[in-house]
Amino acid sequence: MAGKSHITIKGTKDGLVFLLDDDCEFDALLSELGTKLDKHAQQFTGPIIHVFIKLGDRQLDEEDQERVRAVLRKQGNLLIQSIESNPPEQEPSSLTGPSLHTVAAIVRSGQTLEYDGHLLLLGDVNPGGVVRCTGDVYIIGALRGMAHAGSAGNEDAIIAASSMTPTQLRIADVISRPPDEWTSAEPWMEYAFLKDGKMAIDKMTSLSRHRKDVMQFKGV
Amino acid sequence: MGEAIVVTSGKGGVGKTTTSANIGTALALLGQKVCMVDTDIGLRNLDVVMGLENRIVYDLIDVAEGRCRVNQALIKDKRFDELYMLPAAQTKDKNDVSPEQVKQIVDSLKPDFDYIIIDCPAGIEQGFRNAIAGATQAIVVTTPENAAVRDADRVIGLLEKSHIASPKLVINRIRPNMMKSGDMLEIDDICQVLAIDLLGIVPDDEMVIKAANQGEPTVMNPNSRAAIAYRNIARRILGETVPLSQLEEKAGMFRKVKKFLGMG
Repeated sequence: MAGKSHITIKGTKDGLVFLLDDDCEFDALLSELGTKLDKHAQQFTGPIIHVFIKLGDRQLDEEDQERVRAVLRKQGNLLIQSIESNPPEQEPSSLTGPSLHTVAAIVRSGQTLEYDGHLLLLGDVNPGGVVRCTGDVYIIGALRGMAHAGSAGNEDAIIAASSMTPTQLRIADVISRPPDEWTSAEPWMEYAFLKDGKMAIDKMTSLSRHRKDVMQFKGV
Repeated sequence: MGEAIVVTSGKGGVGKTTTSANIGTALALLGQKVCMVDTDIGLRNLDVVMGLENRIVYDLIDVAEGRCRVNQALIKDKRFDELYMLPAAQTKDKNDVSPEQVKQIVDSLKPDFDYIIIDCPAGIEQGFRNAIAGATQAIVVTTPENAAVRDADRVIGLLEKSHIASPKLVINRIRPNMMKSGDMLEIDDICQVLAIDLLGIVPDDEMVIKAANQGEPTVMNPNSRAAIAYRNIARRILGETVPLSQLEEKAGMFRKVKKFLGMG
């Protein structure tokens, strides 16, 4: 218990704000909270006081939140209004970022599939059909129509397809017409990406070198 | 209750009317009770191909607007026991009838027939919506050309979104020699793109033009290769398993001998 206190109590016009340190042990924090409340017990009598608990970066599950509540409940006039933590930090990975939409369909001439996030299409895109999304486009099937990845301007987006014979490819604002700029009739899966602002095609096995964040190995 | 099958394609000129006339006639030849309905209002052709033009008294619009009963408008083809057709009007246009009215007419025909073949106009507008309204199945006709396959793909997309579950494909006007030399789309390539069941393939045959001009469906002439193809399609509609017909040009006697001797 020596050293600096892990708990700061501030009064506001709405009630009391408990700032709980997020570095120390949770059990130590609870016992300190208990002693602190006991010490000032006489101050916590009288009318109901609203309490706002701020946990900093510490994330608590339901059970631990209940333990905090139990400690405060010993003082009859404390009413817990909220228990808050800072939102967890966004991981910079592209796969955990935007959501992935999985669709099983044949996108035929005149039809458009459009999504926010990544798109996983199980089926073909026929000539005259369009798939468009703000993230990556992955097609398990033949891409014969038009695909537009990173439609909101993301130049890191890719377009991958089992069979890559599109009428047109677009990534962000870059438009590419296959017969003029490149052709592909490779039997393996390929993906398109932007290299120095120009459309480039490579085989799928190169993707892990090009974008390390796509694979996040868990364990060994 | 009869089965109502719409014959459609999106693109014009691929052989919808010819296919309708021949499939309808082939089904009648196989003993089915068939009624053909022409929904190409303003550009009616089915009656011409069938050679029944001069017998029209009432048409589809007359039935829709209540000027006659549907039985009065039906024309019986005297060459067959049970083949009828309901002609389209020539003076009006597609907007003069609604999908609901066409559906009502087709539904009223269902109890009396085994098959109702609906000839659809080209395009994907009102005429198309009228034609598919009463149908429970669809045949999509295409030819081995990129433009026709694109339009067929579009129409299949529209059919799949409507109440018609799985359309069937007929590839018309195949020229085996061009396909062999790689100048024409392959059947397998077309099927791969369109991804629906293949109901039949019909070779390009001059007899079809000749027969249409004489007002006699090709399918009645057993010497025509297209006729065999249409008869096979009709048998497949009835549920028989019929292998795809051989497309090769009939080899002459000399070629056959050469082949036999191992020189071909």
